[in-house]
Amino acid sequence: MSPDTATGDPSVRHTPAVEATGEITDTLLETRGLRKEFGGFTAVDDVNFSIEAGELRCLIGPNGAGKSTLLKLITGTYRPTSGKIYYDGRDITAVDPHERVQRGISMKFQVPSVYGDLTVRENVRLPVQRFAGGDERRRRVDDAIAAAGLSGYEAVEASALSHGQQQQLEIGMAASLEPDLLLLDEPVAGLDVAEREAIAERVTRLNGTEDIAFVVIEHDTEFVAEIADEVTVLHNGEVFREGSIEEIESDADVQRIYLGGDT
Amino acid sequence: MATETETTSGPGPVDGGPDGPVASLRTYVEGPNTVGQSRPFWAGFVVAVLALAAYPAIVGGYQASRFSLFMVYAFLGLSLSLVWGYAGILSFGQVVFFGVAGYTFGVVAVNFATPAGITAAFFAGIVGGALMAAVLGYFMFYGGVRDVYVTIITLVSTLVLHTFMAQTAGDEWTVGKAALGGFNGMPTIPNLAFGVEGAAVRFGSVSFYYLVLVLLVGTYLGLRALVNSDYGRVMVAVREDEDRTRMFGYDVERVKLVVFTVGGALAGLSGVLYAAWGNYVSPQVFELAFASLPVIWASVGGRKTLLGAAAATIGIEFFRNSLGGEWALVAVGVLLLVFVLGLPGGIVPWVHDRYLGFRTDAGGPAPPESAENPEVTDS
Repeated sequence: MSPDTATGDPSVRHTPAVEATGEITDTLLETRGLRKEFGGFTAVDDVNFSIEAGELRCLIGPNGAGKSTLLKLITGTYRPTSGKIYYDGRDITAVDPHERVQRGISMKFQVPSVYGDLTVRENVRLPVQRFAGGDERRRRVDDAIAAAGLSGYEAVEASALSHGQQQQLEIGMAASLEPDLLLLDEPVAGLDVAEREAIAERVTRLNGTEDIAFVVIEHDTEFVAEIADEVTVLHNGEVFREGSIEEIESDADVQRIYLGGDT
Repeated sequence: MATETETTSGPGPVDGGPDGPVASLRTYVEGPNTVGQSRPFWAGFVVAVLALAAYPAIVGGYQASRFSLFMVYAFLGLSLSLVWGYAGILSFGQVVFFGVAGYTFGVVAVNFATPAGITAAFFAGIVGGALMAAVLGYFMFYGGVRDVYVTIITLVSTLVLHTFMAQTAGDEWTVGKAALGGFNGMPTIPNLAFGVEGAAVRFGSVSFYYLVLVLLVGTYLGLRALVNSDYGRVMVAVREDEDRTRMFGYDVERVKLVVFTVGGALAGLSGVLYAAWGNYVSPQVFELAFASLPVIWASVGGRKTLLGAAAATIGIEFFRNSLGGEWALVAVGVLLLVFVLGLPGGIVPWVHDRYLGFRTDAGGPAPPESAENPEVTDS
């Protein structure tokens, strides 16, 4: 018995969208006028944001800028006050979070969120068992463990892993769903240089060889510079700037609000 | 939770022994979510079942009938172990489903006191318990109620039903021939029977004992298969981290509703057997003292082990019944305090870890591969 095995097979999910004009676009995710209020506080304010298939986008901004809220709106954890979210050409604003995952959106939480009492193998088995059984399941689990650099740790309880290994494990679990879009919330927070390099290499590889699009929230500007195609700066819940890392780093206004430079 | 290396994903030999039907069966009822994966465990299990089977011949029909009530309660203990221990839903409302099923069985069986009618009443009671759980669970889980608020709502449901059933003394609370009876309850519920007139099996004291024993062993093994299945692993994942599990594409609310409904059916089975055992059901089944007992059984035995919940239910009820009176309740309360403070995991997991945890016979859990790797614990 396996819940939801009928849906969410990751094989061939994303197809290029056809806009009303008949023009074929490769937009994977798009938000239009997205707004989220908590009481009187507006966390996300009229955000228009889009991701192309296979793109790697970093989302930066000061604390309280609305980055994590935007990610939770994309995953469906929060429902927007107003605005729409389109994924793969379809309106998913009212779609439940687990169905969004089945459609190809996956996420790694800010705090490593692995099942501490389960072994590494049991952890990876959970996402995989939803759509794969038998030898296929075993192969996918083995591949995910190897890709996370955790071969030899299969029978170790996840709580015994280091912080960096837990981050790798969680990225491996999220990637084992073979998503089209992977959302990472601060994947290198609290990691040392070597661990950060390993995560950067992993993200770049997943993006390059498996064509997974990424939205990465990160404060570590070196990490952002290393991996990002494009950077979006959020400030006070609004999109403040978008551009390449060079453009963002040299933008005086961005330095003023985020990087702490003089203006 | 015990660790286990996934060696197979389907039926097959588990202990290096011959690929016989027993070995094949064991793959379904063994896994990381239950204690007892070894041959000695199963040998002990068979001995215990045989001892229970021999019990009526040793102690006589009266004592056997008395003991069968404790086994009837074990279904209630198992229901809470399933919803609380495996899915993380601490319910004080298992007695709601127990009582609703008992009353449903009583009303149908009193009105249709033929073997076919009583058979229908048996299933109606279980469905009644499951339906009650499904309705309550639907509004709670899809209404976004979580954690301690589920406990409060289920507790309040218990108290509401107690108040409601206690005021059903009037003639207007008569369903056909069955008077609900208010605080005095509903007497003259017939014994359990299966079949149709002319080809029926009726269950008196000793035969009822054996029926309950067979149902209990079957339920225990069935639940072991459930919690070690793919679905069982998702249940445990929901217990450990709902948000993480949802982000793997699982419908967490539906999983909780299904588990809660199955728990309601189990509690319902317990309630039906209870009403048939005593030929009686009353609002006392909705009292706070009775509603607390499943929590105590599961806590003392170990809520995350089906065996612990079932064994503790039988043991505590045997002890409580033998001691009798108010002091029995005080003693059980003290027992709960001692276990919550001193052994929060419960007896069975403690015994398993202490005496059986490192048993590495062919069927047991393998030690962690990297236990000797110092990097592993360098976190």
